[in-house]
Amino acid sequence: MSDVVTFDRVSIVFGDRPTDALPLMDAGANRAEVAEATGQILGVHDCSLTVHEGEMVVLMGLSGSGKSTLLRAVNGLAHPVRGEVRVHDGDEAISVTHADARTLRRLRRNRIAMVFQQFGLLPWRSVAENVGLGLEFEGIQWRERDERVRHQLEIVGLADRADARVAELSGGMQQRVGLARAFATEAPILLMDEPFSALDPLIRTRLQDELCVLQRQLRRTVIFVSHDLDEAFKLGDRIAIMDGGRIVQQGTPRDIFTRPASDYVADFVAQMNPLGVLCARDVMTPPDGPADGAVPPDLPLAEVMNRLRGRPLAVAEDGRVLGHVTERAVLARLAAPRG
Amino acid sequence: MQAERATARATPQLVTTVDWLTGTKIPVGATASRIFDWLQVNGAWVFDAISDAMDALIGWLLWAFQTPHPLIVVVVFAALTWLLQRRLSTCILVAAAFLFVLNQGYWEETTESLTLVLASCLVCMAVGVPIGIAAAHRPTLYAWMRPVLDLMQTLPTFVYLIPAIVFFGIGMVPGLLATVIFVLPAPIRLTHLGISSTPAALMEAAEAFGATDRQRLWKVELPYAFPQIMAGLNQTIMLSLSMVVIAALVGADGLGVPVVRALNQVNTALGFEAGLVIVVVAVALDRMLRVEQR
Repeated sequence: MSDVVTFDRVSIVFGDRPTDALPLMDAGANRAEVAEATGQILGVHDCSLTVHEGEMVVLMGLSGSGKSTLLRAVNGLAHPVRGEVRVHDGDEAISVTHADARTLRRLRRNRIAMVFQQFGLLPWRSVAENVGLGLEFEGIQWRERDERVRHQLEIVGLADRADARVAELSGGMQQRVGLARAFATEAPILLMDEPFSALDPLIRTRLQDELCVLQRQLRRTVIFVSHDLDEAFKLGDRIAIMDGGRIVQQGTPRDIFTRPASDYVADFVAQMNPLGVLCARDVMTPPDGPADGAVPPDLPLAEVMNRLRGRPLAVAEDGRVLGHVTERAVLARLAAPRG
Repeated sequence: MQAERATARATPQLVTTVDWLTGTKIPVGATASRIFDWLQVNGAWVFDAISDAMDALIGWLLWAFQTPHPLIVVVVFAALTWLLQRRLSTCILVAAAFLFVLNQGYWEETTESLTLVLASCLVCMAVGVPIGIAAAHRPTLYAWMRPVLDLMQTLPTFVYLIPAIVFFGIGMVPGLLATVIFVLPAPIRLTHLGISSTPAALMEAAEAFGATDRQRLWKVELPYAFPQIMAGLNQTIMLSLSMVVIAALVGADGLGVPVVRALNQVNTALGFEAGLVIVVVAVALDRMLRVEQR
């Protein structure tokens, strides 16, 4: 799996003398201390992260943790004062941070698309005209544009609303337009800045599911910002947890759930529903005696519990039995989900 | 006692201060006069060029208004109203207004005033919208411009009729110029307001999809500011119309001429006739060009 986006020790500071704040930040000062001493606002400090092709990485943290700022460095909407973000275009690694205006525009038109929390749609335009925005900037002719726009609208289920005004649509539909706009440029990298946070919970869940399905077909490289841990665990192949402008832990959802790196992460994770995170591997005990049919080790715990019928259940991979799952073991694990 | 003594001591000082103040008058008038003299000598070719261009514009517009039969012009106005407003009642109102003008016998004066208004409108929008855009993109430029704009609108309009006569003589051109100076701040301010209030989220979305500065202007800022710019156009027309009487003072033809004449002759009948015609034309133009808020 090749790397697509590399954050290389990225630091972002807001203010008129950003470099003044760096020594303090390197010494571990937090945002309030940096602001007090230098008048500069710490955005992000020393964040390194590599995103692989076709992977969905979730930047996760409370508001003000710097996750959106870090995301926006990928398409140059935020400017690192030190370090850089590299985007890989074929064999070539292009530094977004040091790119000239022309290169940056080319990346934004063809390589990196973005979905916004507040949708960012042009209210005087129709749905189709909004979806075609990126193609329009690129200078693609009307005929081809129209074709690609119709195709995208079909994918997000809005084909019959192509000529509607954006303002006539519900929030969920508007964000589908935002998604279609981002997909339409066929950019392999997708930035999503809390795209579902402004929607009501039912619609949010539905759009998350749809995104999962779409992602399975399209295999884009997605960097997704969220403040909702359930969302992060549902969507993320990997999660980077941020606090006060720093990445405090990165790993797979299971890693983070079972081995939180700090109290901050542990507090976060404590509110999670373990049924959504744990799988058969996490609750198995060494094989002992007879067992019912085999289940794979990465089967979600909810499904495992469905199949338990009073007798132990074998967990097997490539025909080899790894262990057994018993009701007692499941209960013990649920009582103390992080072992 | 003590207070009296203090006053006695202070009085001679106060007198000398006032003497000094009045004695060293800051030469505002003299400076302005010198600037205009210098401009007249050194900028003659500029003013001649402006004068010729404005003359041509006025001549062309006047021809367009006066060549066809008045009824045809009324029909054209009604049709234009339909295109802009899509309401029959507004069309009827506009047609009735112009028929009333015909009925009162002020058709020629009205076409002259419409020429002045339309010419000022063209000049103000052509100059004001680009300046408003530039000001919205450069906050420091707008900070510098604001006192100038305030001055243009608060200086009594009679005052800049004087240099207008100095540079352009008597007639339609100085009338147009005085009108433009008075009206120009309106489209500049409204364009500035519209462009600078474009939501940052929309600008950012455009940027994220790789818009050039020009694409951002044409596809995001201008469409967003369009209602404000149209409001600027409406204001431009109304303010220009309010200047027709003052323009008549420097010899511009139009509905201002009978008003000025009525004032000089204390002719109530003439004054009210011409005044009412101005009001009717103003109402018709306003209804024609009104922009509904989205």
